[in-house]
Amino acid sequence: MLAALGVTSIDELFKDIPAKLRFRGRLGVPEGLSETEACRQVEALLDQNWNPSQIVSFLGGGVWPHLIPEALKAVVRRTEFLTAYTPYQPEISQGMLQTLFEYQSLIAELVDLPIVNASMYDWASALGESALMTARVTGRHLFLVPQFMSPERQAVLRTYAGPAQLRLQSVRTDPVHGSLDLEHLKESVRGETAGVYVENPAYLGYLEPQVEAISEIAHDAGAKFVVGVDPISLGVLRPPGDYGADVVVGEGQPLGSGVSFGGPLLGLFGCRDDRQLLRQLPGRLIGLTTTQDGARRGYVMTLQTREQHIRREQATSNICSNQALCAVTAAVYLCLLGPKGLQQLGEQIMQQRRYAEQQLAKLPGVRAPRFDAPHFKEFVVTLEGKSIRGAEPVKISAVLERMRQEQVLGGIPLDQRFPDLGQSVLVCVTEAHTKDHIDKLANALRKALEVS
Amino acid sequence: MARFRQATWEELLVFERTNPGAIAYSLPSLAQEVRAALPKPLETLPASLRRRTPPALPELSEPEVVQHFVRLSQMNYCIDLGLYPLGSCTMKYNPPMNEQLAANPKFAQVHPDQDCSTVQGTLHILYELQQWLAAITGMDAFTLQPAAGAHGELTGVLLIRAYHADRGELESRREIIVPDSAHGTNPASAAMAGFDVVVVPSNDQGQVDLQALRGAVSKRTAGLMLTNPNTLGLFEREIETIAQIVHKAGGLLYYDGANLNATLGRVRPGDMGFDVVHTNLHKTFSTPHGGGGPGAGPVGVKAPLAPYLPVPLVAFDGKRYYLDDQRPKTIGRMHGFLGNAAVQLRAFAYILRMGEQGLRAVTDHAVLNANYVMKRLEGVRGFTVPFAPGTWRKHEIVVSAKALSHETGITARDVAKALLDRGIHAPTFYFPAIVDEALMIEPSETYSKAELDRFVDVLREISDQAYSSPDLVRQTPSNTAVGRLDEVKAAHPRTMALTWRMFQQRRSQAPPA
Repeated sequence: MLAALGVTSIDELFKDIPAKLRFRGRLGVPEGLSETEACRQVEALLDQNWNPSQIVSFLGGGVWPHLIPEALKAVVRRTEFLTAYTPYQPEISQGMLQTLFEYQSLIAELVDLPIVNASMYDWASALGESALMTARVTGRHLFLVPQFMSPERQAVLRTYAGPAQLRLQSVRTDPVHGSLDLEHLKESVRGETAGVYVENPAYLGYLEPQVEAISEIAHDAGAKFVVGVDPISLGVLRPPGDYGADVVVGEGQPLGSGVSFGGPLLGLFGCRDDRQLLRQLPGRLIGLTTTQDGARRGYVMTLQTREQHIRREQATSNICSNQALCAVTAAVYLCLLGPKGLQQLGEQIMQQRRYAEQQLAKLPGVRAPRFDAPHFKEFVVTLEGKSIRGAEPVKISAVLERMRQEQVLGGIPLDQRFPDLGQSVLVCVTEAHTKDHIDKLANALRKALEVS
Repeated sequence: MARFRQATWEELLVFERTNPGAIAYSLPSLAQEVRAALPKPLETLPASLRRRTPPALPELSEPEVVQHFVRLSQMNYCIDLGLYPLGSCTMKYNPPMNEQLAANPKFAQVHPDQDCSTVQGTLHILYELQQWLAAITGMDAFTLQPAAGAHGELTGVLLIRAYHADRGELESRREIIVPDSAHGTNPASAAMAGFDVVVVPSNDQGQVDLQALRGAVSKRTAGLMLTNPNTLGLFEREIETIAQIVHKAGGLLYYDGANLNATLGRVRPGDMGFDVVHTNLHKTFSTPHGGGGPGAGPVGVKAPLAPYLPVPLVAFDGKRYYLDDQRPKTIGRMHGFLGNAAVQLRAFAYILRMGEQGLRAVTDHAVLNANYVMKRLEGVRGFTVPFAPGTWRKHEIVVSAKALSHETGITARDVAKALLDRGIHAPTFYFPAIVDEALMIEPSETYSKAELDRFVDVLREISDQAYSSPDLVRQTPSNTAVGRLDEVKAAHPRTMALTWRMFQQRRSQAPPA
């Protein structure tokens, strides 16, 4: 090949790089390894993690453990999906395009809204984009969020909102029920409000039942109503499209993607069939069409004039690569479960969660759930007892550490995140847990409290 | 060479295949005590939150679901099927070894909020990846958080914004400069970070026009976004002068890492004067692109910008790895957790496998392959390689089919479709816009000489056909699952269908035929 180019060494191909810039040193990366050696080395490092098969974990808070059907893994492993690029050439990419169209369609049924995009990075960035979208659509600069929401999600929202001069303001949450303080919402919502955001279920696990009132207050003020969801709850919970949501965002990871140290995730994004909203929608959209001769159905990426590769600085977002394979995963997952499976799953999760609440609430000095409200799969546990030495309250961090010694990861500590909630922990229970796991949790907490 | 024919299944939408009553997946049964804890879960939900009608999802058996999606997969081209010379996308082979590692339960079942003491192995991997990426690009510190290249760009421009804000200059520094040949994400990211975009033209050598750049920089300049080599595959030789011009005006230099595959071990953005760099792990570091994502877009910076990096960073105190979120000047968070960790793990394994020499060989072969294709295309009628004749390209070349189009009516798009018909993925076409009838070809290092030869032979065959019987080219593709599609119908408000639900609504509203 060098001869074909009329050169004697590859170095000559780099001669146009100024000599001063040509790198001559060592990068400091180790020497290469065979496949076996490289695998062994990575596996040896992973062995330094606690082995998930020997511990019981109740961590959730935005990434949740759920069962993953083997049939799903078999489909998603196919390299036709895995090693394809974005389907820019529709004629040769119908498989990915139809699957993504089906993903959009399945999520649309789940959230009860007719338009869903082909994915965002995660719930947090989807929320950030939704806030920007409401600001563009309304020309307003205030976005209202609930007092208690995921600190991480809120931080990402802040990052996205800042440069657009979009102000965030928290609406008070009732300390007993966790629901939004409607009086405070009415005071907060003003002519400059672009969007009102609530989550169902909330980060702290409780549900927000006043959805119709919130929708009305938002719409009366000319603001858009944005709802964040965990889609796996929507076999039993009312879909946001049915209670007035203009925009829905959420985390699709529970639909068949593993926990995987927090990524890849799947940002859901949908909206009403409204031309104004659609024109401002971020992200890719797959549309159903026909071949040019009209003979066959086919699928294409559409409305691309919203996107960066056409519209450049005028685009609705800069997003290009998204989370397509996670969308494929979610589509297969929803097909495997179907409406009955998803409802049964929702019911089971609620039963498991309730059982866990009951087991924990039996322990002295333990309030579970802390909020007097309906819940889905997570709930807050508050320690109200004093330490055995008597003086100071039991510390959640110390209790969780003792539980870890029993191979139980009891949940996400909330003392730093929400100091108002005292010595509390967010516990997540799903269908992936067994009764034994939950009993182990209660036992570990009991033992930890006994020595605290 | 066997003739290409893609599988064609008349595969209805999964909604149309529904088989009421069928269910593909069964859940474990619950213990009696657990069921007794909440005998009727739905009834405990307030009426305002109870789902009244089940979602209209399809009902299918497990084999039906699997068959449906496997059939669809057969109508999808991918790297594992053959040549994928998609310019700017670096479609290299994705080693299966990395898939197996990412599926290891000791990685895949680990939660990001676990106490750091329980995840030292994963944190070690991520920390080392940060260090390696810094070494490869010549930067001082890295964040792995951005979930894609464009997400990395947004992160990078926000870092530039924070830097100027910290110096009290944000009010005046309102502009980000991008060349006219830049990827569309550059101006879009700059706008999203609140900046105005100023475009500078390329000169007749396909390089940033220094005169125009001097005229564009001012006290309003926050930074310049550039990829080097640029989207023509040409190395910006005046990069040091460019850096000087921008730095002298008080601006910062942003490196779009889309073309990083041309640089490994040969030249480093950090040495060229760049202050911020994003990398695409799904391009340069072999992680699969999954039909559009997930990718990963880690961002590196020079030391003065390190205080602004997003939280948390993976840190090491000499004994243990931990997540550092005590960074008062941080731009905040870009992702709900730590980014696409499973993609980061794959890139770590790739670098480990390739090593110092291997990485350099990647770039050498990628550049050799691109220039070999350019050379062999000489004399193929209708195609030219505009800008800087006689200059070696780096990882990609941009061919113009302007002459072909002029002489035969066959456009770059037609050429792309004719390639599909012969089992080769099309190059990127109509980009960059500074080349008429552009075909942007990036062969990457993972294709053999034989395959590149076949690619050029096929292009020659298409050229010949364009001159002899252009209608045959115009009728392509016919060996793919479908022929050319009606994009107008897809986007027209009356016929647009973005979901099955919308399709049914539009269909019911349509006047009877």
